Amino acid sequence: MARRQLDHMSKRYNNTRATLALAKASFRSITRSPSAVVFTLAFPLIFILVFGFLGGNGIKVDVAIASGSDLDNPVIKGLKNHSLVHLILDKPDEYIRTELEKGQIDAVITVQKNPTGIPAYLAEAQYTSASIDKGSIVKSLLHDLLYTINTKDSDPAIAKLRESTVQGRVYRTIDFILPGQLGFSLLSTGVFGTAFVFFNLRQNLVIKRFFATPVKKSSIVFGEGLARIGFALLGAIFIILLGHFFFKFTLINGVVTVLNMLLLSIIGLIVFMGFGFVVSGLAKSESTIPPISNIITLPQFLLSGTFFSVDAFPSWLQQISHMLPLTYLNDAMRKVAFEGAGLWDVKQQILILLIWGVVIYAAAVKVFKWE
Amino acid sequence: MDHKNAIISVRDLVKKYDDFTAVQGISFDVYENEIFGLLGPNGAGKTTTLEILETLREKTSGEIFVDGFSIEKEANKIKRIIGVQLQAAGYYPNLNLIELMELFSGLYGVRIKPMEMLEKVNLQDKAKAKYKALSGGQKQRFSIATTLINAPKIIFLDEPTTGLDPQARRNLWDLISTIRNNGTTVVITTHYMDEAEQLCDRVAFVERGKIIALDSPDSLIDALVNSGFERKKEVKKANLEDVFINLTGKEWREDN
Repeated sequence: MARRQLDHMSKRYNNTRATLALAKASFRSITRSPSAVVFTLAFPLIFILVFGFLGGNGIKVDVAIASGSDLDNPVIKGLKNHSLVHLILDKPDEYIRTELEKGQIDAVITVQKNPTGIPAYLAEAQYTSASIDKGSIVKSLLHDLLYTINTKDSDPAIAKLRESTVQGRVYRTIDFILPGQLGFSLLSTGVFGTAFVFFNLRQNLVIKRFFATPVKKSSIVFGEGLARIGFALLGAIFIILLGHFFFKFTLINGVVTVLNMLLLSIIGLIVFMGFGFVVSGLAKSESTIPPISNIITLPQFLLSGTFFSVDAFPSWLQQISHMLPLTYLNDAMRKVAFEGAGLWDVKQQILILLIWGVVIYAAAVKVFKWE
Repeated sequence: MDHKNAIISVRDLVKKYDDFTAVQGISFDVYENEIFGLLGPNGAGKTTTLEILETLREKTSGEIFVDGFSIEKEANKIKRIIGVQLQAAGYYPNLNLIELMELFSGLYGVRIKPMEMLEKVNLQDKAKAKYKALSGGQKQRFSIATTLINAPKIIFLDEPTTGLDPQARRNLWDLISTIRNNGTTVVITTHYMDEAEQLCDRVAFVERGKIIALDSPDSLIDALVNSGFERKKEVKKANLEDVFINLTGKEWREDN
């Protein structure tokens, strides 16, 4: 034994090895912790699945045909073939009336043969104040339809409209939802994961035992960070690939886009882990971690454009949105994924994330407790 | 005993917390390759003293050398030659014993075979078990195994047998004696006087942050007897614990 001791002493202590040993241990521990797997993979996946299947259908308007209406005429045929219209047939008038009042049906239409001959048919449409938006869609598509039918065999007297559509990229729901979910997954793993791990390591004297070894504090922090980043990146790759291959998530420049997204993920995660360090320092007991963490994550979940575009908010709310770090991560992710922006193109977003990083780590240094 | 080398020397150690002094100027030496016991009631300052020696706590004043290294200037060198078992330490969650051993070998920067370390404390059958799933005795043995990873010169054990049944305690005594016989110095705290008497070469009694007696158990007992002390009741040749061990056997148990 004495000889072995001399061997050990003569070797220089290797901080990198200690850091990697910690990273490996932490990574193993994370993969076996149900909450980490749920936050990083299950939550975002559920949302992506739900929105992936919801999306793609676009807008539909519900148009009922009043009972007693003529069905064999160009107007009804045109509506049947219209991609935006969902026709409701064979319903009693009473039912149509109540659904119309509730806004479940957007319009009701009656078409009758004109007994006097010209025009051949008379169409009557009724809209509802319960669904004004969709009502206007029905209105304009009816006008469009009738115009087409009426001018089929004749040239217009004054002007003819020629329309064409530029073939653009299809912006699917998944293109909006996936980056938001990815960002939120990084936020929750960063905050909850880091807060719980450091709180528990401290509380159970695991860190104290570490301090009895030659390991440096920085190795403990880096090792933990490395493991969490590694795990979150695997999660991100999984989410991106699943979105791409199953829901046609747009990756403009393929692998380069994925790599850019992963780099953004790392930046975001490092910033969010800072919040986790702060929470682990502030928490007095394990049960206070979730509420404190939720104060940080929930507003960003709702206001940072995870589910709805920030542009949809009233301007006073947008001002709050534009203070939150997740807003910028989501924004950068979407630009990179859908518009094919490089990291330099989203430098403003990255800069704001980095400023957040400096602020939050300054706070972490103040409140973080080792014992 | 006098010709032995002091591997730890403590001079006038004082530790003050905000409004109370836990350690009030104690001095002692621990000799190389002995089992040294710190005895005393709860709150006497045993653990504080131990944690200062382990480099886990700052002292207020005094001078301490561990194997020639100064505790304030060369704490990191000391950490490399000591093994530490804390009174209530936990281990990294969700890892099995082998994985924990790998982690500690990385933290100490040494190459070990995890299984061999577990065999030393007879836990090879529990290699794939999580620390939390171990019994009290097994947890303590595992903790001791982690103290041996860096082949330390000194190990510190803080109440390693508290809460264990008589078999597990005896089992741990054997383990600690083996470790000492292999050339390691052991510093141990305990509440159990029978344990100190069996195990320790020398003991220091700590009371209210001061050492009130320090000698080998035999000398301390002799001194008391010579001062005219007599036990009120005549001592029987065996005690109830002997009966317990005799009835239930001393052999290793699965759940020890």
